[in-house]
Amino acid sequence: MQSEQISIFLENKAGRLSEVTGILSQNHVNIRALAVADTTDFGVLRLIVDNNSKAEEVLRNAGFTVRKTKVVAVEVKDQPGGLHSILDMLYRAGINVEYMYAFVRQSGNNAVMIFRFDQPEEAIRVLSENNVAIVEGSRLYSM
Amino acid sequence: MIYDIEYETMPREALESIQLRRLQATVSRVYATVAFYRKKFDEAGLRPGDIQGLEDLQRLPFTIKQDLRDNYPFGMFAVPMDNVVRIHASSGTTGKPTVVGYTSRDIDTWARLMARALAAGGATRGDIIHNAYGYGLFTGGLGIHYGAEKLGASVIPVSGGNTKRQVVIMKDFKPTVLTATPSYSLHLAEAAEDMGVSFKDLSFKFGIFGAEPWSENMRREIEEKMNITAVDIYGLSEVLGPGVSIECHEAKAGLHMAEDHFIAEIIDPNTLEVLPYGETGELVITSITKEAFPVIRYRTRDITSLNPEPCICGRTMVRMNKISGRTDDMLIIRGVNVFPSQIESVLMEIEGVEPHYQMEVDRKDNLDILTVKVEVSQQMFSDEVRQLQHFEERIKYDIKELLGISVDVKLAEPKSIARSEGKAARVIDKRKI
Repeated sequence: MQSEQISIFLENKAGRLSEVTGILSQNHVNIRALAVADTTDFGVLRLIVDNNSKAEEVLRNAGFTVRKTKVVAVEVKDQPGGLHSILDMLYRAGINVEYMYAFVRQSGNNAVMIFRFDQPEEAIRVLSENNVAIVEGSRLYSM
Repeated sequence: MIYDIEYETMPREALESIQLRRLQATVSRVYATVAFYRKKFDEAGLRPGDIQGLEDLQRLPFTIKQDLRDNYPFGMFAVPMDNVVRIHASSGTTGKPTVVGYTSRDIDTWARLMARALAAGGATRGDIIHNAYGYGLFTGGLGIHYGAEKLGASVIPVSGGNTKRQVVIMKDFKPTVLTATPSYSLHLAEAAEDMGVSFKDLSFKFGIFGAEPWSENMRREIEEKMNITAVDIYGLSEVLGPGVSIECHEAKAGLHMAEDHFIAEIIDPNTLEVLPYGETGELVITSITKEAFPVIRYRTRDITSLNPEPCICGRTMVRMNKISGRTDDMLIIRGVNVFPSQIESVLMEIEGVEPHYQMEVDRKDNLDILTVKVEVSQQMFSDEVRQLQHFEERIKYDIKELLGISVDVKLAEPKSIARSEGKAARVIDKRKI
């Protein structure tokens, strides 16, 4: 039920982000979603792409530090309180969200959020029990 | 004032005969008591009796810092521990410091040499000396302290740090002589300004600065900002500590070497040949009066030249010019000796960290800032920023534990540190001294 995400270490200096997007573009890798976490001197770029193994390979060959991490893509009702109800049920189950960001495309009428949990299996169980839809990796990459 | 007028103004011939007699005694003694020296002399086919004149010094083998480490901690001591009354140490490259010892006579010799140095720098028994060199294993604080007492001056053992309190003391106790590293003295001046205290309104007349290289430009800045006369003092723990050589405040042109206790040579660091007066090379020092820790032809790695011309102050001792650099990769950060290999040993201890690093030194607000850039390996990279920051904190903490200095740590992308011919440029020194 989990999806793969590519994480890349970046120093905070001009042009580094565009170098990554340039390499992916040349290799016809499509970026589906993206988030950056940064500090004063470095950042971690997180990407959902349509071809993980290719993205990992070409970025690593270009000298970047790359790592695949597991995340969970969750359908969120596109209405007030939609995200809140999900966060609330996770909170009650004692599950921590390490970070999250929004996916660009919708799944039907629902928005899609990417979550990194401290206990992903438990999170998936709680969400499924509460009838919250999880988007499978294979579907997510080509949505 | 010349503290030891008989020795400090001695004619060369008389000085050289004292030097020879003392050198012969030292060589005989280390041959008899220190296994390291006996082995080295035997390998070179030398007997103590072969030292017939001062020119025979050149036949003796060199001693290097590694020899001191190999004999850690007390292997090079020439007296039984019963006779050692003090131990000092400097930071080592692999966690092992360089250890030196002193007999009670050594401590007295050192105090006399420091009294000479303070007097040459302008201090008298009527002065109050604000001693901001660190007290502890480092020889700076205690070296100056004993010399100040020997001279009969009043010494304030304020040590390093706690800058605001130092400013208050300078204002209230009205010290007249400042002893500190040159960079710390400028830091003090700025801190004072921030507190609304101008150095020009304080009572300082003289400053005696050392433990790190500084330039004529920095001297002008210090003299201007503090309204004092500033002189350079030189020393290293392996040889004695501060007091090996000192500039006189009259000429401020080169540091008078205490030649009745040390013989200085300048060598070409590549061919190891002794160079004549005036030529620049590596300073090599032989101690000729020390009891607990004598050194024979110790290679200091400091680059300078010697000037035998008579000085206007009346001292006949040869002068060494200001240190212009090092023949190894040692850095001096806020008075602390730092080798890249020490930083490397810290990194190697941390799992997942690869020893691809670079040290960048800069000077901000007159304080040395050391930034260690470390490449992020595949193994240490985590998707979580928190984990990466944890690595940074760990490296900072471990360096502080080993070297006692605070550094900045910056994580860098792999291969971002320039490698020249496969070897990375480890040190970038941006300080304009």
